[in-house]
Amino acid sequence: MTRTEPNRSRSSNSDSEKNSGNGGGGRTTAMRVIVPLQGVVQGRGGLFLGSVIPCAFFYFLQFYLKRNRKNDESDNSGEQNSSASSSSSPNSGLPDPTRSQSAGHLTELTGLPRSLSRILLSPRNSGGAVSVSGRVNCVLKGGDSSPYYVGQKRVEEDPYDELGNPDGVIQLGLSQNIKLSFDDWVLENAKEAISDGLSISGIASYEPSDGLLELKMAVAGFMSEATKNSVSFDPSQLVLTSGASSAIEILSFCLADSGNAFLVPTPCSPGYDGDVKWRTGVDIIHVPCRSADNFNMSMVVLDRAFYQAKKRGVRIRGIIISNPSNPMGSLLSRENLYALLDFARERNIHIISNEIFAGSVHGEEGEFVSMAEIVDTEENIDRERVHIVYDLSKDLSFPGLRSAAIYSFNESVLSASRKLTTLSPVSSPTQHLLISAISNPKNVQRLVKTNRQRLQSIYMELVKGLKELGIECTKSNGGFYCWADMRGLISSYSEKGEIELWNKLLNIGKINVIPGSCCHCIEPGWFRICFSNLSERDVPVVMNRIRKVCQTCKSQN
Amino acid sequence: MRLIVPLRGVIQGRGGLFVGSLIPCCLFYFLQLYLKRRRPPPSDPTELPRTSSRTNLFSRGNSIGRVRVSSRAVPVAKPSDSPYYIGLERVKTDPYDRIKNTDGIIQLGLAESTLCFDLLQRWMSENLMESMMQSDDGEFNISSIAMYKPFEGLLELRVAFADFMSRIMGGNVSFDPSNMVITAGGTPAIEVLAFCLADHGNAFLIPTPYYPGFDRDIKFRTGVELIPVHCRSSDNFTVTVSALEQALNQARKRGSKVSGILFSNPSNPVGNILPRETLQDILRFAQEKNIHVISDEIFAGSVYGDKEFVSMAEIAGLGEVDKSRVHIIYGLSKDLSIPGFRAGVIYSFHEDVVNAAKKLMRFSSVPVPVQRILISLLSDVRFIEEYMTAHRQRIRDKHIRFVEGLKQLGIPCAESGGGLYCWVDMSSLLTSYSEKGELDLFEKLLTVAKINATPGTACYCIEPGWFRCCFTALADEDIPVIMERIRQLRESSRS
Repeated sequence: MTRTEPNRSRSSNSDSEKNSGNGGGGRTTAMRVIVPLQGVVQGRGGLFLGSVIPCAFFYFLQFYLKRNRKNDESDNSGEQNSSASSSSSPNSGLPDPTRSQSAGHLTELTGLPRSLSRILLSPRNSGGAVSVSGRVNCVLKGGDSSPYYVGQKRVEEDPYDELGNPDGVIQLGLSQNIKLSFDDWVLENAKEAISDGLSISGIASYEPSDGLLELKMAVAGFMSEATKNSVSFDPSQLVLTSGASSAIEILSFCLADSGNAFLVPTPCSPGYDGDVKWRTGVDIIHVPCRSADNFNMSMVVLDRAFYQAKKRGVRIRGIIISNPSNPMGSLLSRENLYALLDFARERNIHIISNEIFAGSVHGEEGEFVSMAEIVDTEENIDRERVHIVYDLSKDLSFPGLRSAAIYSFNESVLSASRKLTTLSPVSSPTQHLLISAISNPKNVQRLVKTNRQRLQSIYMELVKGLKELGIECTKSNGGFYCWADMRGLISSYSEKGEIELWNKLLNIGKINVIPGSCCHCIEPGWFRICFSNLSERDVPVVMNRIRKVCQTCKSQN
Repeated sequence: MRLIVPLRGVIQGRGGLFVGSLIPCCLFYFLQLYLKRRRPPPSDPTELPRTSSRTNLFSRGNSIGRVRVSSRAVPVAKPSDSPYYIGLERVKTDPYDRIKNTDGIIQLGLAESTLCFDLLQRWMSENLMESMMQSDDGEFNISSIAMYKPFEGLLELRVAFADFMSRIMGGNVSFDPSNMVITAGGTPAIEVLAFCLADHGNAFLIPTPYYPGFDRDIKFRTGVELIPVHCRSSDNFTVTVSALEQALNQARKRGSKVSGILFSNPSNPVGNILPRETLQDILRFAQEKNIHVISDEIFAGSVYGDKEFVSMAEIAGLGEVDKSRVHIIYGLSKDLSIPGFRAGVIYSFHEDVVNAAKKLMRFSSVPVPVQRILISLLSDVRFIEEYMTAHRQRIRDKHIRFVEGLKQLGIPCAESGGGLYCWVDMSSLLTSYSEKGELDLFEKLLTVAKINATPGTACYCIEPGWFRCCFTALADEDIPVIMERIRQLRESSRS
């Protein structure tokens, strides 16, 4: 745009020459600009005006660009500026977040030295409403209208209950695993764990926020068990956090600076947007995978995404994968993982491997390979780029416990994360509960086995039912979801069509599923169905409801 | 000369407009270019941003540099150089024990209380199981503790919390559970508020001496600066509006934007209680400057003096000013002596802040089993009354003993009425009246006398010689040991 400027001045030059040739009068507004130019052409005041005018043009262009940029950025001092004129502050707050989502990549500019002159000049503005920080706007407005939250809300208002509320909305959107593991045995065990684990001296005092060594050892043992003892985990490389969200947030903070980005193959977990972007200012670059490849990521596409980002000046610091994948439930093969490591090595970036469903692998075929196993034999230099997120509450069917772990080979990341866990700590009662729940290897084995069997049977049931309705699912081997292809049911092959169908499923079928658009899937018509919370009796109910929706769809078509 | 020659042409009227405009344009263009190139590394200029291209040139495997962590994680990963954390680490290596390790370091650096553990122990043994497993129909039901629940805390817990807070604050103020967000301790509460109220690079005014942990809680991730407002012993370290005003103006002159005032009441580390008038002044000042007020009232229930504790919520409730700027932090770690539970609360009058905090609690919510215990604990009014009375009484007794012991050594303390610590003036022990002298004394206390007290430097106190000593984790028989150790230290340094 800087290049066009001389051109423009040149064209105005020729304009003015024309005008001066005509000897036209200076009565229109355009003439006001041209008159001095005329003077320039005629040799009067040449240097001064000739330079002042383009400079002025430039200045205004600058000014214009700068103001636009502020808005996109959605925040920062702009917000306070607007509060200077107090009445306008709520209005100016509104358009920001809508734009900020699309312009999330502009967050790199947050570090700009901002001119504060306007605030400084503004008189004492007493009585104005005090404004919140600009960056919190995207948290406030972000996602409220997304189907993910809308669906969750509907379930909260009107939850299905076999006896109490048979017409309620069935929750197939939230990944919890309550009904599965809570048979009598687990229940008994939990009771015991609680009474054993809790004594006042243990739970009330200050304890390391990154986890007691005892717990870390138990967790390492549990992780080994979940990966079928193919790799042993070192307790000293574990950092415990309150939930997988904070684990991912802490890693984002440690691995990338504000304005950097992570590559994320899509479809991906809908939670990443909040986990990665909200507070750390790190951006996500989605790398689309397609149904034609069975949603496997290809290194070529990753490569392309990497270079496109680089061209735009965005620095990629890592890649986030989930294995078993969320939402498809597929497992990454050994070859895939090696290819990924090669890719990361060549680009010198980090790998965050989200293995929160490692203990919930239920498929017969395919073997779950932890990233830890892949790098186990590698040199240090490669191990340092691998970070694993592990969720205890998912596999233990205890989401209310909110505890997860970061397993990293990188000393700096570990020591930074340890300190950051004071900001999202695991409370001592939770730690003691977990210790007594998982330190006995026999219990752990049995828990993992029971969990697997139950997931498997309910998955088979659901997939069979869907197939009868003509809905295919991708092959899933792990996790709580199946990824259902409902492209046949959508009225138009677009995101709009998908949301329409989602609305029908929610309002007519009364089931809450997650549409593919929430998972950033680029192909419309896919839905994530979480089955872990269903009992076998619920499956026919779900099928009937989906059938009803199918019929309304067909009758419309 | 190349530049000047065309300019001369301009002056002489040849090609005036074209060259005359082209040159400034070019100059501008290069200026732009220059500014743009200087912009990218906003956070840390020591790290060059453009490394990926270089690594791409190398073939795989060999000679690729180690992968880097983010530049903002580097200072976090480094071991802290604040004496506060150094002291805490040192105690871990060699903790004092009355029987097993009589030569160990005595911990006076951590604000925790063991004074009422007997009461808690009794309650827990009677009620723990039931409280955790309780469900609405009274039957044991594990899904009541295992399910995902609202991140901001169960409504029952928020109601119980609101009652508890108003009870310990003397019943003069009532709290609305809908303005409340339960957090995993006071630390995340402060961070979330800082994130919500200020942008990266903005600042909070904070009266000194202040709690050294704020540096971590606030600066680590939110990028919010803390601007100290110095208070002096002559005012018993109470902040004045003129000092606030001066600090604000200086900050503005430097170009940093002040978003709020953060202070603790009862103050940590001094332990004094802010009088009603000061609170009113602060709020009026905030109103006039249109900034937020964050009041950390985590020691509100540990008041033992004659002075009455007044919550900022009460002042805000008077309706004199717009109360949406008032935010309160509270937690159970100190007043109920259950830091392991990591239970805190953000109480804000600003709707947006409450909503944003609710969402951010996905990162630091209180697990449901813990919430269940807290609900029964906080709603057991009889126990709470008994506990609070004992808690206050025992702190008062311990405080008297500790201060008396110091007095006999000729070491005075600042006047205090709350908190688990006292603010001790050890300037008579300093070898030189300076920060260095203070740190020397800290080191000597730690290595020779084997006492870990937090020096004023760590709290950004401008007067050297002050130390924060937490006395609530001490047994009565420990106090003479400490006094003896200090006495010996003084004598050895005199001789």
